[in-house]
Amino acid sequence: MIKLEPRGQHSKLMAWLSPVLAGVLTLVSGATLFALLGQDPIEALHTLLILPVADLYGVSELFVKAAPILLCAIGLSVVFKAKVWNIGAEGQLLMGGLIGSACALQLIDAEGGWVLPVVLLSGMFGGALWAALAAWLKTHFNANEILTTIMLNYIALNLLIWAVHGPLKDPEGFNFPESAMFSDSALLPTLIEGTRVHYGMLFALLALVAVWVLLSRSFLGFQIKVLGLDARAARLAGFREKRLTWIALLISGALAGLAGVGEVTGPLGQLVPQISPGYGYAAIIVAFLGRLHPVGILLAGLLMALIYMGGEMAQINLGLPIALTGLFQGMLLFYLLACDVLINFRIRIPALAKPVAETIAIQEETAR
Amino acid sequence: MAEPHITPPRLTLRGITKIYPGCVANDAIDLNIEAAEIHALLGENGAGKSTLMKVIYGLVKPDHGELLWDGLPIDVRDPAHARKLGIGMVFQHFSLFETLTVTENIALALGEDAGDLPALAERIREVSEKYGMALNPDREVHSLSVGERQRVEIVRCLVQPIKLLILDEPTSVLTPQEVGTLFVTLRQLAEEGCSILFISHKLNEVRALCHRATILRSGRVSGECIPTEESSESLARMMVGDDTPISTDYPKVQGREPFLQVRGLTRLSEDPFGVDLQSISFDVQAGEILGIAGVAGNGQEELLGALSGEDEIENHDAIHFPHGAVGQLSPRQRRAAGMAFVPEERLGRGAVPDMSLKDNALLTGFLTGLVKRGLIAHGKTRDFAEQIIERYRVKTPGTETHAASLSGGNLQKFIIGREIMQQPKLLIAAHPTWGVDIGAATAIHKALIELRDQGAAILVVSEDIDELFQISDRIGALCHGRLSPIKATPQTSITEVGRWMAGDFGESMTPAETASA
Repeated sequence: MIKLEPRGQHSKLMAWLSPVLAGVLTLVSGATLFALLGQDPIEALHTLLILPVADLYGVSELFVKAAPILLCAIGLSVVFKAKVWNIGAEGQLLMGGLIGSACALQLIDAEGGWVLPVVLLSGMFGGALWAALAAWLKTHFNANEILTTIMLNYIALNLLIWAVHGPLKDPEGFNFPESAMFSDSALLPTLIEGTRVHYGMLFALLALVAVWVLLSRSFLGFQIKVLGLDARAARLAGFREKRLTWIALLISGALAGLAGVGEVTGPLGQLVPQISPGYGYAAIIVAFLGRLHPVGILLAGLLMALIYMGGEMAQINLGLPIALTGLFQGMLLFYLLACDVLINFRIRIPALAKPVAETIAIQEETAR
Repeated sequence: MAEPHITPPRLTLRGITKIYPGCVANDAIDLNIEAAEIHALLGENGAGKSTLMKVIYGLVKPDHGELLWDGLPIDVRDPAHARKLGIGMVFQHFSLFETLTVTENIALALGEDAGDLPALAERIREVSEKYGMALNPDREVHSLSVGERQRVEIVRCLVQPIKLLILDEPTSVLTPQEVGTLFVTLRQLAEEGCSILFISHKLNEVRALCHRATILRSGRVSGECIPTEESSESLARMMVGDDTPISTDYPKVQGREPFLQVRGLTRLSEDPFGVDLQSISFDVQAGEILGIAGVAGNGQEELLGALSGEDEIENHDAIHFPHGAVGQLSPRQRRAAGMAFVPEERLGRGAVPDMSLKDNALLTGFLTGLVKRGLIAHGKTRDFAEQIIERYRVKTPGTETHAASLSGGNLQKFIIGREIMQQPKLLIAAHPTWGVDIGAATAIHKALIELRDQGAAILVVSEDIDELFQISDRIGALCHGRLSPIKATPQTSITEVGRWMAGDFGESMTPAETASA
């Protein structure tokens, strides 16, 4: 029998070790699964995790995928610190893409350096607006943000689909559900010549630093943390709970919106129905896997991007279904939640512990 | 140590030892309780009293040692077994269902032994009359006062044959008059041959009631005595050891101009089982300590919430600082106007459990220059936390220690220190020494007196009437959301304040007149 006994305090070591342990368990389970499917597990894992980044182009694509995931996850780390459970990064990302595209299409004939910033800001506004709806429902009607943000995700997706089939459809696009290509002034420049790595990755890194400063140095971040840890202490100290909820949700929504507009003005160059393969949901896993800490989120975000690429690679090379990506994401979260138990508890195996104690007793006896 | 007896003692403990990870709760404890004896178990919080009584009641298995019941070794398996033996226990925190009647609650506690309800109700009526504890078996528990709820717990023990009754801090929830009534009951029980183990840290009560006392300190027996032959000081010395300073009397002073003025504060409680405040009026003057007594649940929470600004009140003019009405201001704005606040709950309101002491210093200290242009001045904040720790002798490894890992007394010293170091003009403290050891309580009292002498207005709300008489310059009491007259401490008595706590304010003066007098 295995017993869990309380440690009495948090284990800092375990808090950082738990994501690593979850990663290892995911790999082992993945390998077992491949073996059962009749694949060589080593080769399959190689295809999934090494092959996608075996060359420089692969590495650059990793950053392309990581940028939106990171932007969403960093924003989520702020709301999650306040214990406001925004599950709506996906919808906020889609709204960022939608509003940003609408703006870019309005400015399709405009030229000049001001166009891109306006488009990006409109995208951030779109994401923030979607988060603001959840904030308003929460602060005015005490509506649970988990439910409202999930439902808003579906509304956002359907709005997007309606827009590409309707008002934003390219009039010269042979009735395909796509917008016109944006003008060059509205496109995010690439960071590195010859790759698709765009400014989105730079924005993600900047956001990472900004949120790190917010949460570790600023009084606003301190108030957000206190609200999350102990709402009654926040009230006693006079922190304004509703205002903090609004701010955290707006930051999170704006960053998710930036991720969305970054996709349409970056790698895509137009609005299409599939601007996100669930980046907003993956970001939830990334935020927790990275322990809501900027450095952890950076590492976890890159890993998540790798899993996305690996899933595609496995589909092409090994003929495995694309559902593999979701499966690995799910296993990672599942194992992380399981391993997190070890932060506050330790495992004891009484069947093993007893013989040891007896052995010591016997040794002591014989020593006498 | 025990005197020779022909009959064996009712209960004997021999070398009871209980070790928890990282702490020895009971270390080889010997204890004898004779038949018909009221035996006091004295000790501070954390001295091991709770663990010991849980061992007797079968809730905790000792690691070493043995129990003798009427001279025979016994292994108390669980509380049900203890009850079969004739051991009853009244816990400090009652476990009663609010929406059930007295009879139903007792029937639930007795389980199969309860029998049919009408017969049980009759038995309850009988027992309560016999021992002078008026109790209607058909009342629902939510309509009972705290004192009456305690009676339910005691009667629960008495409806079955009882040989040993254990009472854990039974007087902390009672008015002085109710304490007197309880003592009459307990003496009557003892005369009938029932042994009583009376757990307390209130020395006067132990001296008034108990035949013998065993004193515990850090898990060990530090002394045995006959309380009537000892002074409160000598008992306290046995409890805390020789190094800890013990509170003394403080000179009473007269306040100056009023700082906090409360006029006609009326408030409906949001909690269905809460208490509505009814036209509360009082002043707290600069340079005085005003003490408000009262049994918990008589409107203290509602009053403190309104004063701190956490709860909104309708009439903004009801609360005044010298510069004007503050009823509409947020806690933060009131702090900016000179208020500091020490809440009842230390962890989870006064301090964030999972944050370091440094962060907890910032929690309310942020108005004192620890934040510059929205950024936290980490160096200054650490200095501030270090100063609190040093000045108020908070025992902790450092400023990075989490608040949750501090003992209650140490954390309370930290919180009070944090508030006082901000040099408030008004300090509101709720139950400042509740559950705190004597050493820390003395330190807290001294800090409050020092702040008073610097000219701050201080309001202390407490259930501990002895504490209020010790430190307050003026005193009043809350009962059912109404405030008694307020009198200078030397001009009133514990008996009078006890009457106020029970709702008998006398007819001569209304509270409002007294406040403005």
